[in-house]
Formats: sequence, structure tokens, C-alpha cells
Amino acid sequence: MTSKNSSKNKSIGVVGMGSFGTAIANMLAEKNPVVAYARRAELVDEINQEHSVDGSPVSENILATQDPEMLCKSCEILFFMVPSSAFQEVVRAFSPYLYPYHIIIHGTKGLCLNLPKGKTLADMEVIKREHILTMSEVILKETVVVRVGCLAGPNLAKELAKGQPAATVVASKFNEVIHHGQNLLRSDKFQVYGNSDIIGVELSGVLKNIIAIAAGALAGLGLGENAKGLLISRGMVELIYLGNALGGSLKSFVGLAGIGDLVTTCNSTLSRNYTVGFRLAQGESLETIQNTMQEVAEGINTVRLMKTFVEGTGMRAPITENLYKVLFEDLLIEDALQYLMKYPFSVDVDFL
Amino acid sequence: MTDDYIKKRYEPILPQKDEWPVVRLSKSRKEFVRNVAEASKRRILELTGGNMAVLKEELETTLYREKLRIKQNPWAVDPDDDYEFWNTVKSSLLQLSADTSITKTEKKKRYITILDDITMRYAEEIASNFKHTHYKFTRSIITTGFARLLNAARVKGFKRLFSNQYSLQDKIQIIGETEQLRDLASRGTIIMVPTHFSNLDSILIGWIISVLGLPPFIYGAGLNLFNIDIFAYFMNSLGAYKVDRRKKNLPYLETLKTYSSEAIQFGVHSLFFPGGTRSRSGKIESKLKLGLLSTAVEAQRANYQKGINDISGKVFIVPVTINYHFVLEAPSLIKEYLSMTGQERYYAESDEFSTSYKISKFLFKFFTKGSDISVSVGRAMDVLGHYVDKDGESLDKNGRIIKTRDYFIADGEINVDPQREEEYTNRLGNRIVQEFHLINRVFSSHLVAFTAFQMIKKVNRKLDLFNLLRLPEEDIVIPYEDFKNECQRVLDQIFELKANNKIHVAPHLKKGIDEIIAHGLDNVGMYHAKRPLVKDSQGNIITEDMSLLYFYHNRLDGYDLEKLF
Repeated sequence: MTSKNSSKNKSIGVVGMGSFGTAIANMLAEKNPVVAYARRAELVDEINQEHSVDGSPVSENILATQDPEMLCKSCEILFFMVPSSAFQEVVRAFSPYLYPYHIIIHGTKGLCLNLPKGKTLADMEVIKREHILTMSEVILKETVVVRVGCLAGPNLAKELAKGQPAATVVASKFNEVIHHGQNLLRSDKFQVYGNSDIIGVELSGVLKNIIAIAAGALAGLGLGENAKGLLISRGMVELIYLGNALGGSLKSFVGLAGIGDLVTTCNSTLSRNYTVGFRLAQGESLETIQNTMQEVAEGINTVRLMKTFVEGTGMRAPITENLYKVLFEDLLIEDALQYLMKYPFSVDVDFL
Repeated sequence: MTDDYIKKRYEPILPQKDEWPVVRLSKSRKEFVRNVAEASKRRILELTGGNMAVLKEELETTLYREKLRIKQNPWAVDPDDDYEFWNTVKSSLLQLSADTSITKTEKKKRYITILDDITMRYAEEIASNFKHTHYKFTRSIITTGFARLLNAARVKGFKRLFSNQYSLQDKIQIIGETEQLRDLASRGTIIMVPTHFSNLDSILIGWIISVLGLPPFIYGAGLNLFNIDIFAYFMNSLGAYKVDRRKKNLPYLETLKTYSSEAIQFGVHSLFFPGGTRSRSGKIESKLKLGLLSTAVEAQRANYQKGINDISGKVFIVPVTINYHFVLEAPSLIKEYLSMTGQERYYAESDEFSTSYKISKFLFKFFTKGSDISVSVGRAMDVLGHYVDKDGESLDKNGRIIKTRDYFIADGEINVDPQREEEYTNRLGNRIVQEFHLINRVFSSHLVAFTAFQMIKKVNRKLDLFNLLRLPEEDIVIPYEDFKNECQRVLDQIFELKANNKIHVAPHLKKGIDEIIAHGLDNVGMYHAKRPLVKDSQGNIITEDMSLLYFYHNRLDGYDLEKLF
């Protein structure tokens, strides 16, 4: 790349070297030196000595560390790529070393609970919007960084790692954050779109995981493409209703991070959430699935959270509600499907 | 913040008036106005992207709107040569667009000259006419004059005319972070952002600023207020610059913003009513007008650009709430609120403050009867909404010192990014709203109005707001015992909020519930012809005006208290 790039040769931070974090670190390393944060000492050594992550080679331009302070000092732009369950904790660990000049872009498709002190999800009768934080809201709450963005879109880590063509959305309220994201990531094989509705884009990535689990379940039952088409389009409607209730805008849901990501995940055996659904339908229990998966399927947590949220608002979200019963209340997938087939959806599209 | 009110007169922080920023500004007024006009011109040229066609269109739109204003909505305060000036602009524009003999560059130059004339005229019109002698005079009128009235009403006997037993500070209580405000005002630049319920606020705040020993603040006052001589005098002497809400054209708005921004950079303390106008619903402002607020962010960045990184170049935002039992304009405000269909539109500027007579009558009532007002001064924040410590350093949530300057940095240096600053302004606006709710002080009258309205609403659950307000007043009777129980529940919740530092309460709320209710009923909207709440002959609670009740009830909106019903 010969394009003028103001962040040229500045180190970029990547926090979290899971599969997606590693893929992004590799892409960033094509243009800039990368400082990567990993929690496991062996992984840090592997990256620094062998230039590989769990055996797969990575760019030599990546320097790994276990020290948040060192990473924050050497980088102005940070990509947070940690699972939502650990997100808050990691952000808190970084918080003392973050300053107002830092810019953070995250790529985590999950939600975080923000309950009053000493309460758990089980104690709460209703969950309101204020009890749910998107990842960007976690960053804003825990740090002094204000210039925050997110990455979302159909970005299956394994395909990115192979260098197959793809696109992503960088969403931020700040144009400068979008520009940075585009400059750093854009390449011949990777297109980067901008969007100012960060909440909508984050929610797209989060809520589509629910539908992905359901799609996996359909496939696991051996059902065909008609059923999948039905699920995806009804899932889209549900996603839009939930997303609006949480403060995202319709436009983002029908964009790359919404429909784009939904279609990809619902068709892909590479997706973790899809796999959860698939294996459920094959008769495995949730516990065994979770124990044997290497990385977290964000959708499971999202279903639990959204089900409680939906109850509090008085809305109906049939797919989410039934999926919840399947996951946590031992409802048979077949019965859930029956329920959905009988559910009186009256209008096809009533949100446009 | 404590709930105790401050009753002492502070020494001025700058004893020499020549040190007052506002005096320095008025001394170099001519040059300052010239600078503002120049800077506005540059901004507008930037906004039009140096494109002549766009500039021409802006000028033509401005001309069209101004002519319309002169024809349809002339005010006494408008200058005599208004018509002439815009006629000249019109003929210059006509001439220029018809002239084919001159080159494009020359043409552009002439358009810019026209723009220059316009911004110069606007800057001159907006600029304040602060005069120190007038300020002194006004201040002494307010303090001594009002104190006379007050004592005349409260102290019995012949001596009352000379008594000093009561001062204005018994009437108007100041609570909160006054020491911090004084301290920072002597070292940095303050932007005070008060809630706005009544036209009285401007004078009230002016008085408070003087009691706290601060040099005068400048503030934007609606040009309509300058229509009334007595107000014009007060406003001018308190350092007001003029905001004409009829003028919504680009050159005017830009000149106004530039004026404010340049004044802040000059180091003059300012006062913004961030709600824009008085709160029509009686709710604490939740949507702020960000136009003027953005000038605070801009001025802060400009100071950093100039390399002023210490406290002398720092801009501090200080939220203030003003709490009343009674808002004189409530009937017309709530009427306007209810008739507004969501869009902003021009409304006739006629209200209880339309004549000097009505104002004097109100002031007399205010000072001779007991309706207390309290003013809560919040903690100072930087332009990003972070609290600051005693040295004016910004703090994060964990008390770590951070540099506000860093928020304006990209790639290692300060840069100008209007979109970024717009977002910062939104953020600051949200923070101010949060702080308003936090420092708001509950009065007994708010409590009774809130409880009564919610009880009526609960009984008529099926009605929407408008039908609810149309209920015949004679049909509404709340048995006293029920009312008392509900008041107690709301009060308990308020004290719980207070325990979590989410609100403040007036000391009179610590009395017994019967006493609180009696106090509230006596005070809520006390001078309205129709009272929002009274006790009937059987001791039950009735209302004479549902809309007014709704207005006073709204003061406690935004605390989720309605969940109790």
C-alpha cells in the first residue's frame, strides 16, 4: 500500500489474541507494527519466538506482551478483541494506563450486564436498557477514552486468516475513528465501510447470534433451505424489533453488519453459534457443547439476557423466547419449532 | 454538596474593577467587535467551502428572511435603519448578479464585502454594552431596594422601613460548591449553565454572581427582553449580549457563536441558559440547545491551540439549578407547551413579563410574601464533563488526574475537527442534564404537586395526557388521608435518592409529613389566580387548575418516581 497514511509506522495495539483478534492483528501488521496483548505467558512467548499462534504462523511484525501499561504507552490506537465475558475485566485492567488521547476500536459481539451492586441476573425482575451495556458502553463507563468505535460484519476468522476477500463495518460517532479504522485495515482483499450508528452496529452483531443458533438447529434437524429462508427473514424482523428497543437504528440492521452478518453466520459451519445450534439438534446437551468448544459462543449469553429484557418490556420475541427454553429449560427443539410454526405472525414486514 | 445554605457575603475575588475581564472587554469593545466580525466571516467562508454560488445563495436567503422579519415581526428594539440597510444589501446583490463586466475573482471579492458588512452589523448588534457605573447602580438597587421591600413586609412596626433584619439571602438561599466556583473563577474561565424556568432567572443569577463576589458574567439574553426599557437597562448593565431568536440565518448564527467563543477565549465568564428558553413544561431541561454550548468546547480547543495549557486557559462548566415554589409565567408556559405540536415554531412573545407594570407587581408580591427560592451550585466540570479538583485539574472516575487537552489530540497534536467537537458538545449536554438532576433541590410544593398529579393519573389510567388535563376540576377530590400516605411514600423514595446522592432536599422536608403538606399547599404556585392545589372545606385536596398542577408536578420528572404509582 502506498496510500498516504497518517498513522504510518505507529504501533497499533491489539488486545486479545483469540481467532478473530489474531486475524485482525495479522491484517494490521501488513501496514503497521502491532503490539499484541495476551494473557497466557506461553502464547506471548510463542508469538515472540516462533511467530505463531497455536501453531498457525502470524506476521513477524507482531510483538506480544502481557503488560497493559507497555501496550498503552506504545500505542495510541487499540483494538479490543476479547470475549464479552472477560471484556469488562480486561478493560478495567487497562483503564489506569489509558488516556484521553487513546482511540479504542473493539470487535466483540456480545453484551454485558450492568446491575446494581450485589445483584445477579436471577435477582432482577426486569432488565431495562440501562442494565445492559454494549461493549462500547463498557469502554466509556470504565475508561476516560471517548473516541470509541467497533468492528462488525461478516468476518469469519478462519476465512480472514486465509486471506479471502471480505468487508467489515467500522462504526463510531467520531468520523476520525472511522477514518483511522479504514486507513489501518483497508486492503485489496478487505473493504471497510463506515457507520455513525455505533449502537446499531454493535447490536446487529450481537443479536444475529441468536438467529445463528436457531439456524444451526434447523440444519441439525436436517431441515431444508425453505425453513432456513423462513428463519432468516423472521429472525431479521425480530432482530430489528429488539435492536430498536435497545436504541439502534433500522438502517444499521439492514446493512453489512446486520443482514450481511446474519446471512453469513446462518449458513456457515465455521460459526461458533451455528455450531452450538447444530449440535443441540443432534442431541448433545448445552453443557457438553460448551465444555468441548475452544472459544465462547456469544449467542448463548445473549439469548439469556435478551429473554429477560423482552419480558421486562412486554414485547414478544418468539424465536428468542423459544430458544431460551430449548437452551435452559429442556424444551425439545421439535416442540419449539412447532410453536413457531403456529405463532400468529400477521404481517410479513411492518417495520419499514 | 451540603444542604445547608450559605449566608454570608463574600469578598470580591477581584477587588479592582479594571481587572474584571468584562471591563477589559468593554474597554476594547470596538476592536473586539471587529475581531468577531472578521472571524465570523472566515467561518462562513469556510462553511460555504469558498464556493461563490453557495455564498451568493446564503446571502440571498439571509436577505429574504431579514426582509420578511422586518415586514412581519418588527420590534421596538430594532434599529431605525434596519430597512435601509437591507435595501442596500438588496441592491448590491442585484447589481452584482447582473454585472457581467467584472471578473470572477472580483465578483467573489464583492460578495465577501457584502458578507463583511452583514457580519459587522450583527456583531455590533450582539455585543454587550457593559458599563461599570450602571452595573454598580443596578446592583445596589437590587440588593438594597429589595431588602427594603423585604423588611417592609416582614418586620412589624414603625422601624420596618429601616430594618436590616432580613436580607435578600433569607429569601434566596444559595447552596453548593460556591467556594470552588470562586476559586476557579479567579484562575480560569467559568461558564455557568443554570436551569431556566422564569424570566426572573437572569436578574436572580446576576445578583447571585455579585453576592458570591464574582465579577459580572456576560450572557445571551433574548432581544425581546430589550423591548422593555427597565429590562433593557438591567440587561445591559449586567453584561448581557443580545440574542435575536427571529434571526435564524447562517451569518447571524455564526456571528453569535463566534461572539461567544471569542469572549470565552478573552477570559470573560459567561452564562448560558442551555435549555435555550424557559422550560415550558416545568421539567428540568433534558434536551439542551447545543449551539452556544459548542462555543465552550471550541474556545477550549482554541486556547490549547494557542498553547495556553495551564488553568488560565481552562474552561469550567458549572451547572446551577434554581428552585422555585412559584413560577409567575407558569400558566402561559404550560399552555404553550401543550399547544406545541412537537415542532418548534414562532410564538407570540406576550406573557406576564410583557410590561414593566406587571414585573413590578410581581416583584412586589415576591418580596412581600414568603416564597423562597434556592439556588444550587454544582461541581465544576471540564468541557468533556469530568469533575475538576481544586486546582482545576480534570479527574477521571477513580480520581486520577487527566489532561483535557489530550481529547483534542490526533497524531500527537491539537487539531480542529468540527465533527469531533460536535460529539463532545452532545456529551457535555448529557452531563449537564445529569448534574441538573443531581443538584436539583426538592421543595414541599414539588412533592405535593407530584403526588397529587400522579394520584389523579392513576385513577384515570385510561386517559392520555390531554384528556387527563381536560378533566373537570370539580370532579377531582383526593381524600386527605390517602394523599398523606402517598406523599409519605414519595418522600421516602426521595430520601432514598438523596441517600444515594441523586438529589437534594430543602430543609423544610425534614419536618413532619402534615407540616410538609401544609407548607407545600401554601406555597405551590401561590400567586396564581387559580391555585394548582388547595384544601377544600372538608380538608380534602382539590385542584383549581390541572394544567398548572401538571407544570409543578413536572419538576420531579426524570427520577422514576412515577414508578411508585
